[in-house]
Amino acid sequence: MPITTAYEAKIERISILDEKGNFDEKLGKGLIPDADLVKLYEAMVSCRQLDQVAFRLQRSGRMGTYPQNMGQEATSLGASYVLRKDDWMVTCYRENCGLFWRGVPKEAILLHWMGDERGNAMPKPHWVTPIYVPLGTQMLHAAGLTMAARYQGLDRIACTFFGDGASSEGDFHEACNFASNLKIPVVFVCQNNFWAISTPSRINSAAPTFAQRGLSYGMPCLQCDGNDIFATVYTMRKSVEYTRSTGLPCFVEMVTYRLGDHTTADDATRYRDKDEVDSWKGRDPILRLRNYMTARKLWDDAKEAELAARVEQENADAVARAEGIVAPEKPDFFNAMYAEIPQDLAVQRDTMHTHSLGQDPSQLPAEAQQRAAELAAESAAAHH
Amino acid sequence: MANLNLVQAINLALIQEMEKNPDIVLLGEDIGVNGGVFRVTEGLQKRFGEKRVFDTPLAESGIIGLSIGLAMGGLHPVPEIQFEGFLGPAYDQICSHAARMRSRTRGAFTVPMTIRIPVGGGIHAPELHSDSPEAIYAHTPGLKVVMPSSPYDAKGLLVSALRDPDPVLFFEPKRIYRAFREEVPEDEYTLPIGKARTVCEGTDLTIVSWGASVVQCMQAIEKSSRSIELIDLRTIYPFDMDAVAQSVSKTGRCVVVHEAPLTCGFGSEIAARIMERCFLQLEAPVQRVAGFDTTMPYYKLELDYLPDAHRVTRAIHDCLAF
Repeated sequence: MPITTAYEAKIERISILDEKGNFDEKLGKGLIPDADLVKLYEAMVSCRQLDQVAFRLQRSGRMGTYPQNMGQEATSLGASYVLRKDDWMVTCYRENCGLFWRGVPKEAILLHWMGDERGNAMPKPHWVTPIYVPLGTQMLHAAGLTMAARYQGLDRIACTFFGDGASSEGDFHEACNFASNLKIPVVFVCQNNFWAISTPSRINSAAPTFAQRGLSYGMPCLQCDGNDIFATVYTMRKSVEYTRSTGLPCFVEMVTYRLGDHTTADDATRYRDKDEVDSWKGRDPILRLRNYMTARKLWDDAKEAELAARVEQENADAVARAEGIVAPEKPDFFNAMYAEIPQDLAVQRDTMHTHSLGQDPSQLPAEAQQRAAELAAESAAAHH
Repeated sequence: MANLNLVQAINLALIQEMEKNPDIVLLGEDIGVNGGVFRVTEGLQKRFGEKRVFDTPLAESGIIGLSIGLAMGGLHPVPEIQFEGFLGPAYDQICSHAARMRSRTRGAFTVPMTIRIPVGGGIHAPELHSDSPEAIYAHTPGLKVVMPSSPYDAKGLLVSALRDPDPVLFFEPKRIYRAFREEVPEDEYTLPIGKARTVCEGTDLTIVSWGASVVQCMQAIEKSSRSIELIDLRTIYPFDMDAVAQSVSKTGRCVVVHEAPLTCGFGSEIAARIMERCFLQLEAPVQRVAGFDTTMPYYKLELDYLPDAHRVTRAIHDCLAF
């Protein structure tokens, strides 16, 4: 018998506005109304400025480690622009731009990185999950959330974001397999930014694209220029339409680049060439869109100056709100563990400052309590 | 009232709660058409449909991760992990997400979920089908850990788990799945998570145990000439230290019995708490009868590993003789 072809596939790549300013009229015309385009641009500029603010906050000791979004603004923003407001958006930690577009308050994200769990108490109406840290685990939750919505008779879908590095995690593959086999409507979006801290994407996949990871789960797969807001919007529109109408998952790779360090604790100059970074600076999604809007007379220097002043004020206000939130009550971290605090945990909470861990003071005989108080006084006197 | 074994009691609890609560869904490997490898979910897919009882791909992390999403989305999933030895791949989802979700979102998202897991040795099972990992999960804040020792307790505790707003690991000792039957009411009843049961009262010594080991303890007590109190912890976290302390304060002597390895087994915690709460009442050091700090042997030697009535009796004598 002759050898036949059991399976054949190709991955389409979508680019509409390239870094040289070429614009594909056929795909791009009418895709985004001009008024929206301006708003999308402003959102990216605002997110970028917040990155710079956050960097300064970290360096001056006012915030902990922070992962900048710089260079990747158009990926999550394109998705957020296309998704319905009640679709789930289940992200990692480099999707600020898309989250802010949905209305997630900036101070929520800032609070998270300022070491306050209340930043994760995402208001329900935004249909977003809190920042996920372990990498690659959240895609399963996206599948579960959507499956629950379908169970409840809602036609909500989910869009979940993860990086090229996270696509090596087992949970990523399990999520794709579950969504595909159990028919759960999830749009999987891989942000390929070429670097997982210092691990280059070629170590995470030997295949020519990350998009083809979806092929083995029977999903339609697309790749797009993730630094081109037109391409991310176009690709997401196609993908979301497919998933909503069929109830089946699909896969998108957005090719982008992490212009900054992994986080403020990282120094990317240890492992990346300056030439590579510089070449991507020329492909910046913000720069590209600004040039396009300027050429179309939608934008000018005066508007840019006005925007810069506006976002500076907005972000300063967000920082002020985040820093102005009264520190959590100390028993907060005990009380948040269970719907109802176990008795034993309540004892730990109530004696945290007065006794050794978990020691129920009532168990100490009266004489011992007296002696303990004397010892405390003795130590205090010796210290002075 | 029906005379049921532990498998049937769990099956009945699932049916009754699923009828009451449409948000309960069951998922796992082989739980649908096959009814689970131990037949615990027998007939449930037929009764409630594939939407509520469904088979998943073979991926434990996926099963728990999907369940977490289902729970965050408003349902009460009941994932089954086929054997405790396969919990490993799901550890990250259980401990990094299920256990922390309420805390890290300050209650904005919660994970009401009951993970059912056959546990423990004694059934001549293959490798990785006989372990007792309950202490690992009791050591993880945010989880509740339950292990019944009888059909009656299994039903009452499972109903409580299915109504709990937080994630519960429900360990089912497979050694006593079909070991005996007892009267289990058809009518609704619950047993609170966090409350122990005094199986038999006594004045000379207290035994604290849980799961299948309770049966071995009973055998030792029946042969003993002394008055021994047996406390079945029922839930490993939260645990009923008041019941233990009260009993040990009365008897002054305590033996803790569990299948899991000795070092950092939950018996260590019980012993430490007894030191804190009953130091002046103790007549002897707390004794522990546990699995050894070895890999669970293959089944030719598993009975040498598992605590039995003989070892419990020896510990009783050592403790009484001190």
